[in-house]
Amino acid sequence: MPSYVITEKCDGCKAQDKTACQYICPNDLMALNRDLMKAYNQEPEQCWECYNCVKICPQQAIEIRAYQDFAPLGANVIPMRGTDSIMWTIKFRNGLLKRFKFPIRTTAEGSVDPFKGKPEADMAKIKQPGYFTTSKPMPVIKK
Amino acid sequence: MEKETCNFSFCKKPAIEEIETDLLLIGGGMACCGAAFEGARWANPKKIKITMVDKAATDRSGAVAMGLSAINTYMGDNDPVDYVKMVRNDLMGIIREDLVYDLGRHVDDSVQLFEEWGLPIWKMGDDGFSLDGFQAKEAGKAMLKDGGKPVRSGKWQIMINGESYKVIVAEAAKVALKTNREATGVATNHFERVFIVKLYNDAKEPNRVAAAAGFSVRENKIYIFKAKAMVLAAGGAVNVFRPRSTQEGQGRAWYPVWNSGSGYALGLQAGAELTMMENRFVPARFKDGYGPVGAWFLFFKAKATNSLGEDYCVNPEALAEAKAKYGKYVDTLGTAIRNHLMMRDMKLGKGPILMNTHHAMEAINKTFKEKLGDKEGAKKVKHLEAEAWEDFLDMAIGQAGLWAAKNIEPDKVPSEIMPTEPYLLGSHAGCAGFWCCGPDDIGAPEEWNKKWPAGNYNRMSTVKGLFMCGDICGASGHKFSSGSHAEGRIAAKNALAFMLDNPGYTPTIKETADHLAAELYLPFEVYEKYKNHTTAPEINPNYIKPKMLQTRLQKIADEYFGGIGTWYMTSKTMLDEGLKQLQILKEDTSKMAARDLHELMRCWENYHRILSVEAHARHILFREESRYPGYYYRGDFDKIDDTNWKCFVNSKYDQATDKWEVKKVPYVQMVEDAAPVKH
Repeated sequence: MPSYVITEKCDGCKAQDKTACQYICPNDLMALNRDLMKAYNQEPEQCWECYNCVKICPQQAIEIRAYQDFAPLGANVIPMRGTDSIMWTIKFRNGLLKRFKFPIRTTAEGSVDPFKGKPEADMAKIKQPGYFTTSKPMPVIKK
Repeated sequence: MEKETCNFSFCKKPAIEEIETDLLLIGGGMACCGAAFEGARWANPKKIKITMVDKAATDRSGAVAMGLSAINTYMGDNDPVDYVKMVRNDLMGIIREDLVYDLGRHVDDSVQLFEEWGLPIWKMGDDGFSLDGFQAKEAGKAMLKDGGKPVRSGKWQIMINGESYKVIVAEAAKVALKTNREATGVATNHFERVFIVKLYNDAKEPNRVAAAAGFSVRENKIYIFKAKAMVLAAGGAVNVFRPRSTQEGQGRAWYPVWNSGSGYALGLQAGAELTMMENRFVPARFKDGYGPVGAWFLFFKAKATNSLGEDYCVNPEALAEAKAKYGKYVDTLGTAIRNHLMMRDMKLGKGPILMNTHHAMEAINKTFKEKLGDKEGAKKVKHLEAEAWEDFLDMAIGQAGLWAAKNIEPDKVPSEIMPTEPYLLGSHAGCAGFWCCGPDDIGAPEEWNKKWPAGNYNRMSTVKGLFMCGDICGASGHKFSSGSHAEGRIAAKNALAFMLDNPGYTPTIKETADHLAAELYLPFEVYEKYKNHTTAPEINPNYIKPKMLQTRLQKIADEYFGGIGTWYMTSKTMLDEGLKQLQILKEDTSKMAARDLHELMRCWENYHRILSVEAHARHILFREESRYPGYYYRGDFDKIDDTNWKCFVNSKYDQATDKWEVKKVPYVQMVEDAAPVKH
């Protein structure tokens, strides 16, 4: 389901230092048309429908339309990603609607302090199994 | 045909930046995020510089970019010995048990950290029903590290709310890299949107890796990273065989479409020995959308049948037929054998194969209502329905869209499942990758550790200083996301040990920076040289665009190397012919042409795909048996032959001569056989 950009909503992220969708797309698909100052998907047949451009767009200008080589028209799946959870609205071809809300993280964005409260690395153990966090002896295969 | 060269007569010469670092991490997925986290802690006190280079944005790069609904490897109360038995069974008897055991004993630490960093993990509620990550926290359920009980969807899998899984793991890695900048005084050590094309060996020590060259996908700039050691985790290979989808749908590969075989190509060009590259993975998934079936099978207890309602995995005739060819491996019904049995029915016209989601939901509905009464039962069923949809929405959103487009409500109708096109990978249910050093404390043969030619450092390849993890450390599948992170940590720690043991080394390469720039920018030179020859840039007799390069590769792989077109069937004669055609395709890569930086990346990605597929085909050719029925068949040796082939197949590529050496390496069993399965 390649992503598409709604002309009216996209502002080319002009208020920001880079285009959000172009920044995030794992497959480098989103490009900016500098004449129009609008983003577009430059290679729709390489789109994994990961929805990262949809989720990140500050204007909610990006949606996904089904891959037409196997999906009928008329449905859509729209996320609204917040800081701790995500809301999904699924519209079926026959009009049926389903809504779901799921947690996405239990800590505040940007709050990860991975070494806080963790031991320093013990250089004497660098050639032993285990990590710097390991406190117990590592198991071995018992014969 | 004359080879093209680049001397910047037609395209503009890029800026060149040379960066000297100590430990270079190539890739930004789960494995390299693990490497950054573990590596920084050991490197910082010694002021060792770590640099990560990622072709995308690390928040959403690699195979977990979309998210995941489960973590497939968490030991908990299980013994890693049993994990070895499971992996060995699923990979048809041949794995590096030292690497798999080692992974099993390390992996839980990473999963427990993910939870600390903010990943919501489902816990078992007091009423025996599952609580999502928020509900579990509110109910005061213990964290995994404190003995909290996760919700198991299988013996090894735990359920998560994983939409932001990669974002969370990347956040920890980025903070770790920041601490390394502070410790070393380096201004920048995290490069996003830089695509590594090639590794270069040391000018004085030919079997030691010294540098990596790549280019920015955003500006005209070449990067040359010189390093004392490298952790390579640049992923497996997707879209190497002609996919079942025809146009737009090609993007909906089961595995991430951006995994272009770079991990394999970078390592094999540096001369690292490969192992089990004949292995591939052909997952059976929901047709076209390739959404996950694991939760439906394991968690909801749905059954897959042919369209006559028959369970193809219990058909005595099919089982006897399979057993005659594939022996004891049929008994435990691993993933490959289940595929084999499914395809047999498809070939007999008994398809479509159906996942009976409606029967599973009906059974659950009945049980819940009997147990909890109508009202409470209905509430729990609704919760379960949300969980089923979350399985898709966390990791294969397009499958949810496809069900919606086809008006498929899983509680009302079944859904079609289908074996996909083949993928090459080593972290999921596959084991194609590099031959790596293992741990030396668990009784493995000394050739696998103490007598390792490049030195005894866990996860080092046969090339000195080049460490492998994630999808490309071979013969050790079923790591999945958590195991890749755990393995990245092992690799980084050992790479640092290697560096500390070898002080005073300065990487040097014989190629000049200008030479590297010319090599990487050749597709620009070719395009600019010829583009005005025709009125339509896509059609030009002087070059091949990346899209057609990929298409030709997929067609060769599909038709000759056992793709969907032949029901995964190949043979010596087919492989020989395909390899001839692949050789010509390789020659044509000197004429690959790129219009812009995006296409330049596609050119080199497809070059990486070609080399990965070549390794795959050469290994299949060498192994004269059908070790993985259901994934591929050698029509000329359609049986499992333990007498001659219960061994690893390893290979080495010589870039200078374009020649491959392929050989047998003995398999060594370290963990006793599992108890026999009763039928």
